[in-house]
Amino acid sequence: MNFPILSSLILLPVIGALFLFFTKDKNGNNLTAKYVSLFTTIVNFLISIYLWISFDQSTSSFQFIEDREWINGFINYKVGVDGISILFIILTTFITLICIISVNNTIKVRLRDFLIAILIMESFMIGVFCALDLVVFYLFFEAGLIPMFLIIGIWGGPKRVYSAFKFFLYTLLGSVLMLVAIISIYWISGTTDVMKLYELGIDAKYQNLLWLAFFSSFAVKTPMWPVHTWLPDAHVEAPTAGSVLLAAILLKMAGYGFIRFSLGLFPIASEIFTPLIYTLSVIAIVFTSLIALMQEDMKKLIAYSSVAHMGFVTLGIFTIQQQGIEGSIIQMISHGLVSAALFLCVGVVYDRMHSRLISSYGGIVTIIPKYSVLFMLFTLAALGLPGTSGFIGEFLILMGAFKDNFIVAVIASLGVILGAAYMLWLYKRVVFGKLINTDLIKMVDLNKSEYFILTCLAVPTLFFGFYPDPLINTIEVSVNDLINTYNANLISK
Amino acid sequence: MENLNLVLPEIFVSLSIMFLLVLGVFKNDSSKLIFNISLLVLLITATITLNETSNIDHTTLFNNSVVIDHMSSLMKIITLVGAFLVLVISFNYLKTFKIFKIEYPILILSSVLGMMVMISSNDLMVFYIGLELQSLALYVLATFNRDQLKSSEAGLKYFVLSALSSGLLLYGCSLIYGFSGSTNFDVISNQLNSSNYVLTFGIVFILVGLAFKISAVPFHMWAPDVYEGSPTSVTLFFTMVPKIAALTVFIRFLYVPFLNLIDQWQMIIIFLSIASMLFGAIAAIGQTNIKRLIAYSSIGHIGYTLAGLATGSNEGIQSSIVYITIYVIMNLAFFSCLLMLKRNNQYYEDIEDLSGLSKNHPLLSLSFLVILFSLAGIPPLAGFFAKFYIFTAVLEQSMYFLAIVGLLSTVIAAFYYLRIIKIIYFDKEKEKYDDDHSLWLKFSLTFSTILILLYFIFPSQLIEVVSRINII
Repeated sequence: MNFPILSSLILLPVIGALFLFFTKDKNGNNLTAKYVSLFTTIVNFLISIYLWISFDQSTSSFQFIEDREWINGFINYKVGVDGISILFIILTTFITLICIISVNNTIKVRLRDFLIAILIMESFMIGVFCALDLVVFYLFFEAGLIPMFLIIGIWGGPKRVYSAFKFFLYTLLGSVLMLVAIISIYWISGTTDVMKLYELGIDAKYQNLLWLAFFSSFAVKTPMWPVHTWLPDAHVEAPTAGSVLLAAILLKMAGYGFIRFSLGLFPIASEIFTPLIYTLSVIAIVFTSLIALMQEDMKKLIAYSSVAHMGFVTLGIFTIQQQGIEGSIIQMISHGLVSAALFLCVGVVYDRMHSRLISSYGGIVTIIPKYSVLFMLFTLAALGLPGTSGFIGEFLILMGAFKDNFIVAVIASLGVILGAAYMLWLYKRVVFGKLINTDLIKMVDLNKSEYFILTCLAVPTLFFGFYPDPLINTIEVSVNDLINTYNANLISK
Repeated sequence: MENLNLVLPEIFVSLSIMFLLVLGVFKNDSSKLIFNISLLVLLITATITLNETSNIDHTTLFNNSVVIDHMSSLMKIITLVGAFLVLVISFNYLKTFKIFKIEYPILILSSVLGMMVMISSNDLMVFYIGLELQSLALYVLATFNRDQLKSSEAGLKYFVLSALSSGLLLYGCSLIYGFSGSTNFDVISNQLNSSNYVLTFGIVFILVGLAFKISAVPFHMWAPDVYEGSPTSVTLFFTMVPKIAALTVFIRFLYVPFLNLIDQWQMIIIFLSIASMLFGAIAAIGQTNIKRLIAYSSIGHIGYTLAGLATGSNEGIQSSIVYITIYVIMNLAFFSCLLMLKRNNQYYEDIEDLSGLSKNHPLLSLSFLVILFSLAGIPPLAGFFAKFYIFTAVLEQSMYFLAIVGLLSTVIAAFYYLRIIKIIYFDKEKEKYDDDHSLWLKFSLTFSTILILLYFIFPSQLIEVVSRINII
């Protein structure tokens, strides 16, 4: 029996949170809590890096598998990783670490409780990415709602109650149908073990309905147009660290779910519904990009850009091309880094000026130059400039799309131009131009921890932009195998 | 000669009740003593039940009119433990309202005796006797705070409506007796060769009576008023204990004599279930009183329990029993929280009184959080598993409509649970509440909250116990 490395990844944050529970919160300033949570997340990050190093890239089978009996003869607690999920686990541990560091600047009240919520959230998110049983997956997927609801509701902005409710109820409504589908799969196939289901396959006549049930959950979570409306609200009202978690990781759960479950379990239905996904993705890309152009609130603009970027992701996944799926995964990782950084950037100016309106800024480049440079870098990464990780993702997705469907690819390419338009216009209005608002003069540049966080995010963005091989090598075999099984299933039925 | 050992728990409880009554009459100021003895009686009875019946698979007594099997022993133990916990945590509440009288524990004991008879009944007559014994004690308990208008009103309402439903139930019994020639469940099931419409009428009347007792829609009207008016400790008793007994009778009545007529009653149960789930979820949204809200919430939860019964399978019955067990634990936890909202000898029961509780009472609020999310059925808490088992059983029978309606109503229900959480966590704080709670109250809250929170680590234990129940 090997050391249960995945379970320890899941459990460690919970243990950290338990430890925090017994510390005292004095005037919202709690050094012990900060250090404990920092320590926990660093250790977790290192473990996940170790996981990546010892991961065997030459095989597509699941590794580090743990299989324990959980509900008698019914459901097993089963976790494991393959090339696809391991990257998301590292993204999760990395972004959580960034969040914990950023908390220093943003959270003023009930710091300890906030850290507990973030740590619990981390363990649920890791659980989602390594669950190999549908019920275990559902458990982690849904459980994440509780801490996120509290993060938005307790530490959020003025309209936080509305946003928190909307977030919770939308996601729950989408997910309950998935639960029906999961239980139905158990009665149809006799198991909810993903690996066994991959081998057995699911009877073609059930696939369409089951696919739709899973889709209803993932579409809300992605979010796809037209069920994306919770996202701008939740993003705007959530505290910075909450927005970061939401954009960087929670949205990726759905993309991951599409790859792992929709494609993996229901190939026939996926083939049938590909036009639906294409249509919704293209609408998301073009329509929400246009909406983003009109936004006056910086956070809202980035939230809409997230919807557009996730549109690219869903488009890429359902091309069922090697490039398309690889591009989607890289786009998700890249978006995880870049959107996190952009929300942190907005957080930086918000902490100083307490305004997120674009119109209240302008001409800050001479006042806070360091900030302006880093903000520029992430803006360019968001619009997919070559040399940043955003480019690799979008490029591969569009390549895959051109192979599969020319018209869709052309319209999606339009989205790239629109993306450049709203991001650059945002940057221009905030950073350049005349300094009209005289209060801005008093702004101070990045402090040490902000500088550190943004640099931490900038390094991988640039590194993977120039040299994406580590990512591609990790996912290549798994994606290849996924596509082969997918095609084999289609032919055999 | 019958083996009286098997009904020893019932005999013991009846003798204790008589003894306590006499003791209460002859000894002054004996309420505390009687209270403690009653606790002891409940504990001893639970132990006897556990010992006597653990190795018995299925036995009948007194001309097949009483049955002892795994279901009866499990349900009796839950009833007894539930009653015990209700008694211990209501101690301070009763003192505050100066209704700490000898009648209270004795009435609870006699209603428990009635429930035990109901749980073991295998005959319509025995079942009816148990039901009436239970109900009569409950009417008095509802009015126990007799100086309060609301309490008397609650008791009277409960009495009138309950008497009506008992009448319907008796009429159903007489129809069934008339057409099968017996009141015994086993004999009835043998007589059912051809399905007879009048017999179906009989079943419907009895189902109406039973639906009233567990407050399933559309026979739920009494529940919010009675729950609100009764003293909180009695409300707690109402939401937990009588439902267990009524559910057991429900199961036995449907699955022993009338299993072959499943086509006749299945639609009724499905309707009751869907109506209760939806109505419970929707009607609770507008409530401002916590006890009323919990009444609607309990209507909703009964809907889920009935969904398990509607399946017509052993798995369905087992899932219903698991559901009601977990529900009892959640209710106990919720009311323990409610009984802690005390300030200057006054208990608070409006939702607004919870406002900002998390600032002054972080631990209490955390328990509330766990319990409410569990009631809403969010994983990984116990409430999710309860619903999960129910829907697994429902979907096994391919009853997709029932499952989807049920799950959608959990989303609606989530709204009002979230509203309470919002008030506790997001709103402005009010005055502090008292901190000096009795040890038992603290214990029951901690114990039940931890059980709810950590249920996911050992989900198999409860299933294992329940899976021994094979009615069909």
